[in-house]
Amino acid sequence: MTQLALVIDLNVCVGCHACVTSCKEWNTSGPAGSMCDDNPYGKDPTGTFFNRVQTYEIGEFPNTETLHFPKSCLHCEDPPCVPVCPTGASYKRKEDGIILVDYDKCIGCRYCSWACPYGVREIDEHLKVMKKCTLCVDRIYDETLPEAERKPACVLACPTSARLFGDVHDPESAISVTIREEGGYQLMPEWGTHPSNHYLPRRKTHQHIHEDELQRADNPLKKEQRGPSTPIDAPTLDDSTSW
Amino acid sequence: MKNSVKTAIASEGRIEVKNTTCYMCACRCGIRVTLRDGEVRYIQGNPEHPLNKGVICAKGASGIMKQYSPARLTKPLRRKEGALRGDAQFEPISWDEAFQIMEDRLKPLRETDPKKFALFTGRDQMQALTGLFAKQFGTPNYAAHGGFCSVNMAAGMIYTIGGSFWEFGGPDLDRAKLFIMIGTAEDHHSNPMKIALSNFKRNGGRFISINPVRTGYSAIADEWVPIKPGTDGALILAIIHELILTGLFDREFLVQYTNAAELVSTDEASDDFGLFVRTDIPVDPDCFDPQDRVWWDRHQEKAVHSRTEGVEPRLLGEFKLSDGRHAKPSFQLLKERVEQYTPEWAENITGIPAETIKRLAHEMGITARDELIELPIAWTDAWGKDHDTITGNPVAFHSMRGTAAHSNGFQTIRALSILMTILGTIDRPGGFRHKAPFPRPIPPCAKTPKGPEGVKPNTPLGGMPLGWPADPDDLFVDEQGEPVRIDKAFSWEFPLSAHGLMHNAITNAWRGDPYKIDTLLIFMANMAWNSSMNTADVRKMLNDKDENGEYKIPYIIVADAFQSEMTAYADLILPDTTYLERHDVMSMLDRPISEFDGPVDSVRIPVVPPTGDCKPFQEVLIEMGYRLKLPAFTDKDGKRKYRNYPDFIVNYETEPGSGIGFLAGWRGQGGEKFMKGEPNPNQWEMYEKNNCVYQYHLPKSYQYMRNWNRGYLNWAQEHRLMRYAEPINIHLYSEILMKFRRAAQGKTEGKQPPDHLRKRVETYFDPLPFYFEPLETQLTDKQKYPLNAITQRPMAMYHSWDSQNAWLRQIHTYNFMHVHPSTAKAAQIEDGDWMWAESMHGKVRCLARYSEAVEPGTIWTWNAVGKSKGAWRLDDNANESEKGFLLNHLIAEELPAHKAGEHISNSDPITGQAGWYDVRVRIYKANDDEEKVSFPQFNAMPALPGTGKTKKWLAFFAGIFAKGKP
Amino acid sequence: MHPAFSVIFLTTLIGVGQGIFLALFTGQSYSAVELLPTQDSTRFYGNAAFIALGFLIGGLIASFFHLGHPERAWRAASQWRTSWLSREVIVLPIMMGLVFIYAIMHHFGWDSVLLTTDTGAQLSLTLIIATLGMFTTFALFICTGMVYACLKFLQEWHTPLTIINYTLFGTASGFILMTAFANTSAPDLMNFYGIWASIITLAVFVTRSASLIRNAQIKHKSTIQTAIGVRHSRIQQKSMGFMGGSVNTRDFFHHVSLIFMTKMKWIFMVLVFPVPLMLLWMGMETHSTALLFAAFVVQYVGLLAERWFFFAQANHPQNLYYQTV
Ligand SMILES: Nc1nc2c(c(=O)[nH]1)N[C@H]1C(S)=C(S)[C@@H](COP(=O)(O)OP(=O)(O)OC[C@H]3O[C@@H](n4cnc5c(=O)[nH]c(N)nc54)[C@H](O)[C@@H]3O)O[C@H]1N2
Ligand SMILES: Nc1nc2c(c(=O)[nH]1)N[C@H]1C(S)=C(S)[C@@H](COP(=O)(O)OP(=O)(O)OC[C@H]3O[C@@H](n4cnc5c(=O)[nH]c(N)nc54)[C@H](O)[C@@H]3O)O[C@H]1N2
Ligand code: SF4
Ligand code: SF4
Ligand code: SF4
Ligand code: SF4
Ligand code: SF4
Ligand SMILES: [Mo]
Repeated sequence: MTQLALVIDLNVCVGCHACVTSCKEWNTSGPAGSMCDDNPYGKDPTGTFFNRVQTYEIGEFPNTETLHFPKSCLHCEDPPCVPVCPTGASYKRKEDGIILVDYDKCIGCRYCSWACPYGVREIDEHLKVMKKCTLCVDRIYDETLPEAERKPACVLACPTSARLFGDVHDPESAISVTIREEGGYQLMPEWGTHPSNHYLPRRKTHQHIHEDELQRADNPLKKEQRGPSTPIDAPTLDDSTSW
Repeated sequence: MKNSVKTAIASEGRIEVKNTTCYMCACRCGIRVTLRDGEVRYIQGNPEHPLNKGVICAKGASGIMKQYSPARLTKPLRRKEGALRGDAQFEPISWDEAFQIMEDRLKPLRETDPKKFALFTGRDQMQALTGLFAKQFGTPNYAAHGGFCSVNMAAGMIYTIGGSFWEFGGPDLDRAKLFIMIGTAEDHHSNPMKIALSNFKRNGGRFISINPVRTGYSAIADEWVPIKPGTDGALILAIIHELILTGLFDREFLVQYTNAAELVSTDEASDDFGLFVRTDIPVDPDCFDPQDRVWWDRHQEKAVHSRTEGVEPRLLGEFKLSDGRHAKPSFQLLKERVEQYTPEWAENITGIPAETIKRLAHEMGITARDELIELPIAWTDAWGKDHDTITGNPVAFHSMRGTAAHSNGFQTIRALSILMTILGTIDRPGGFRHKAPFPRPIPPCAKTPKGPEGVKPNTPLGGMPLGWPADPDDLFVDEQGEPVRIDKAFSWEFPLSAHGLMHNAITNAWRGDPYKIDTLLIFMANMAWNSSMNTADVRKMLNDKDENGEYKIPYIIVADAFQSEMTAYADLILPDTTYLERHDVMSMLDRPISEFDGPVDSVRIPVVPPTGDCKPFQEVLIEMGYRLKLPAFTDKDGKRKYRNYPDFIVNYETEPGSGIGFLAGWRGQGGEKFMKGEPNPNQWEMYEKNNCVYQYHLPKSYQYMRNWNRGYLNWAQEHRLMRYAEPINIHLYSEILMKFRRAAQGKTEGKQPPDHLRKRVETYFDPLPFYFEPLETQLTDKQKYPLNAITQRPMAMYHSWDSQNAWLRQIHTYNFMHVHPSTAKAAQIEDGDWMWAESMHGKVRCLARYSEAVEPGTIWTWNAVGKSKGAWRLDDNANESEKGFLLNHLIAEELPAHKAGEHISNSDPITGQAGWYDVRVRIYKANDDEEKVSFPQFNAMPALPGTGKTKKWLAFFAGIFAKGKP
Repeated sequence: MHPAFSVIFLTTLIGVGQGIFLALFTGQSYSAVELLPTQDSTRFYGNAAFIALGFLIGGLIASFFHLGHPERAWRAASQWRTSWLSREVIVLPIMMGLVFIYAIMHHFGWDSVLLTTDTGAQLSLTLIIATLGMFTTFALFICTGMVYACLKFLQEWHTPLTIINYTLFGTASGFILMTAFANTSAPDLMNFYGIWASIITLAVFVTRSASLIRNAQIKHKSTIQTAIGVRHSRIQQKSMGFMGGSVNTRDFFHHVSLIFMTKMKWIFMVLVFPVPLMLLWMGMETHSTALLFAAFVVQYVGLLAERWFFFAQANHPQNLYYQTV
């Protein structure tokens, strides 16, 4: 069985928000749209987004890490948001594990959003239906698009390619391999939701300098050295011993 | 979302896909725009574009909200009779009227005193055209944003290595092993930098960021080195000190490719003190940089002609020449210079532990020496020697305004260039790489007129409005040594101000110093807000009147696309198109988007028609060029030469028959030539077919070592990128700077600085890099104002442009002042409190945000998020104006009066680069009974005629027939 | 959580309705076994059942305010296999139906004794309906409670106490109202209801206090560390990625001060327990319908506060992601 998902590589995410607006841009005019904005030019503008990038500071100066953290629906394998939906509007697709909302069935009761521990479902305050990341289901199977572009909008946009897309159930898929090799992890594992989206942690490259590397045979300063610096006839021991 | 796949594919509407070039920022990525029923549905990165390879950024992906923004200007507007400037009372007029007004105003100016017309442009990408227009008009008063942006970066590096970061070169992260980023938040190379950084990290490279703040790129650095602002010079000089001490430098590179081994005359008494010792071998008079210097032969212990085959020179020592003069290799002088700059010394200044400084030096040196790259690429150097391989020392640097935007930035960046040089990383794999048309000779050949005689009625300017002085005689000053330009560029105050000083243009024009002007045309620059220093006073100057009740700046024309703060101060507003509505070129004559491996230029081709009466500013210039009968735009009989801008682009040649035009691709009758060739009537179509971009890949053997690569130099000369095909040796020691110093010391015959500036020129024109406190800091009571205040660019906003963008403004709706908790607590400020930040010049009230990611002596905020009430068509109570603020209110455009004089720009004394990041502040808590809004506040700006409606809510859905469209 | 008024009214109003119905069931069963005197079918059972129905309808109407698309509410019955909300949506109308039938039957006196035991206890048709109604009432309490209790990461709610409290609160409020009602139309039952109302109120005082104590001690399983997957003792959010608020900042957090929270707790503790009990007892002493009714009103207001607090106190783990603008 296929489970499509994203892997977010926190090691390279620079927090640019490209995934945020490209998602909005693609989806607002698509079947998952529109995505409303309230007070777009006024006080406290607010709107529907399927994906947000947050920033955290870890540690204390000067040992501070700044972490940019994108988050959209994690397409859980055991999604608590689905069984609670009274209408069946929220569902998990058998064929690829994508969690979707059928806008025509949704009564806008918000219960599914209460049932999601990750805070990724957003009610559309004007169309009154629940919205969320669709994994760009309308792109990834669209055969009119070139193969390379059958990917979520956010994945295509991401300038650091911090967003990887694929099948986590296929152990050979690129994202499964990355998850295994780079220590991919899930958010809030304590609730048994088994999010399909994974995150890759920060990885550091260090340089260790060995003392030998600083005592160099190829030190160019050697070329600048002059011949013997004391003249040959300067006094030596020979001038004063009396063996 | 029922049958999402099917519905998407079958989504009704007429779909079109068009390519063009993004302009949500200066990076110029290729984009692919999908339209539905003529409405923009999706903007994605063009996967076939060499720059962004299909990716896009937050701004680029929000282009839809720019296109359909209510803040767009759609009609030419004239200030209402009787209304005051700044009150933003306008009436719509026709383009005919607008053109007539301009013609009536500008024609007499050109006929009498062309310098009374000043044209300044902001972060535009058509300086080739605006510069041409100014030159043709005959005014010297033209500049773009460079002077307040990063001219220190350009000049500091170009005067040292003949190329620079910015758009002229960059770090080769494909091959680097160690990458040091100094003072960069989000650059003009936005997406490419991100692509490169992540590949670099994934390939195991080590990334070190030196920055007072850790955000954005710095966030993913392997190591963050917090530094006190303005002190990078000290750090870099200490690193150079350590590298020389430990011998971790690339001797071979220094000897052959730099002036390290060339002897400098060191007898103070001698006439040529401080100049290079020269041989008397005859030199070609046409030669740009004669190779007539001498080395000290290590084996024969005598002076020989430099770069004599088989000779190994000394880099260190002092030598007595046959005529008795003393001389030292410039590397010896450098070594002596940095002796005082120990890591321990730098620790006190930079706040970086000496141990860390030494380790940084060792990491750089060892990586450079021990991780050598050898590419099996044969090449021939400028002296005719064949090499089987290209060598690289894989240490790459990148730096921008963190080092540039300080008044000591030029010397800091000289130091950085020298650091990169002694590591042997210039135009080599894994190091710094040039981008065409760089490298240039040092300095580049373009020159301004040398005096007031260059400005004549009805005549094009007798030189370029902007240039690169090579010695004092190149300065653009009058007999008394006083400036000819309104911004005082190329005068003794800022001799090497290669990009002008736009930040002083308004203040000078208002004061009438050096003279009064008549008409100021501002294109694409928000000078009444975020791109001015001392914003509140500049706004007053813009509507200040003289004794006769006349405006001190008599007439202001603003060409903008949005209702910016600046539009309020216009007498005439010209509504520009958006980037999706116009033809544009990213020209080799300007700052193209070239890649390391060859020249690239690109175009924009409209994907939607202009909105309302918007007209591309390009068309305005072509029309005005014709109406004013500027030679470049009219033929001999005074008839119109170009139908429109696209026609101009195809047919314009720099000189009749030169074959050089704005675009390099598909030249020649049938498009078979590049760089140079006859006009090609189908050039636009060819660009259109090729993703709107032209890319030329140099042969591999021309891609590296271009300063000294015979093949490349000849190629560049042949294709007219350069006049000379001579080696461009690196100026470790800058004789050019020494010439200015010598003039200041009265040792030369030519132009001399006015007396009050002698000391200043003598001090700062040091031929070797040195560290000094930024000028403003020197003049500040640091007890009273202990903190540095700086700004950064947010990745999701471009300067002030994007607050009218409904999506982007949700990400940055207002800005906080980020303060380290210990610093804030010392001032009794809690996280989220209203606080004051106060400098010598002004104060702002703002919201505090604690952060552990900032050096405790520094406070910072995002640039240009704060807005003036009502501007950008935001509601009067929008967060941008109520909670947002501008740091610019704390920053002065002029230094306090001091020895060098009054009204001296707050800028680098060499280049005139605005010292944005030199300001010192103190902070304190706002009283509980104070208003909970940011300070200062300004009167609300009314909606301009022709701007759109702002809806209470928005549900964008492209396509007229789209279902669900609200 | 952000207390949604529609849900507060829904749960409290149907609670009263359910309580009244349980009171009727209890009363009628006691009379059936002759432990209580028989009452007038129309005036007492009929009218009271209509009142119960009124509360249930009120709750239903309130619930519609919570829906984005009330016109599609019928769809909510489809997922009874997995969704407690769906089950609630099914059980509520069933219960309303039964209450309606019960009310009509009493109103028109359509009743007949089906069976009389040796001891004289009578099994009447309405009692069978009442019994069915009683079961649906409990089922409804369970469904309503489970809507909240089943969300395991809302740890304040994820406890049997949630169901017990819902049940007891609803029952108590229904019984108090019935005490008042009995005082007007079935004075013999007033003490019966009054005493039960007191017992239930005291019981829920114990169970609600237990849940308060429990909730005060909860150690939340999710932390900022598990939320973003970084193990470090000092992590602070610096930006949530937007500044003007979103559904996530509006729906899941109460946006009031701690002091206000504590106040609300004491307000409901006082308004739900001691004050109504005092009024109840005084009313029973003095046979004052006004006092008894006041006891109900005060308790109902208290219950609104209680439900507000119930929501506000629940700490949604999603809030870990939305701490700093
Ligand atoms: N998204 C976005 N991209 C942009 C722009 C934009 O507005 N938005 N603007 C474009 C323009 S016009 C320009 S010029 C470029 C500029 O690009 P940058 O050069 O990146 O400009 P700044 O944002 O000013 O970044 C300055 C950085 O230097 C740091 N800094 C300040 N003082 C010092 C110092 O003394 N030493 C060191 N080491 N660091 C210091 C600051 O913390 C900040 O991180 O960006 C371009 N790209
Ligand atoms: N405090 C502080 N101030 C700074 C800086 C800093 O780091 N800190 N950075 C400085 C730097 S490096 C720069 S480059 C300047 C940038 O300063 P500016 O170049 O002035 O940048 P903006 O204000 O964003 O844009 C100028 C105007 O361009 C208009 N515009 C946008 N698109 C179009 C178009 O298509 N056509 C036309 N005609 N107009 C258009 C916008 O409406 C806006 O009014 O700011 C400087 N100011
Ligand atoms: S992240 Fe939330 S909305 Fe998405 S599947 Fe998991 S529980 Fe459901
Ligand atoms: S809001 Fe819509 S999708 Fe969510 S639970 Fe209710 S009906 Fe289901
Ligand atoms: S997968 Fe598609 S819907 Fe989901 S966050 Fe990315 S762009 Fe948005
Ligand atoms: S687009 Fe990529 S780098 Fe940018 S915020 Fe999203 S995940 Fe991070
Ligand atoms: S980096 Fe600049 S040019 Fe490139 S997509 Fe973003 S806004 Fe457009
Ligand atoms: Mo800039």
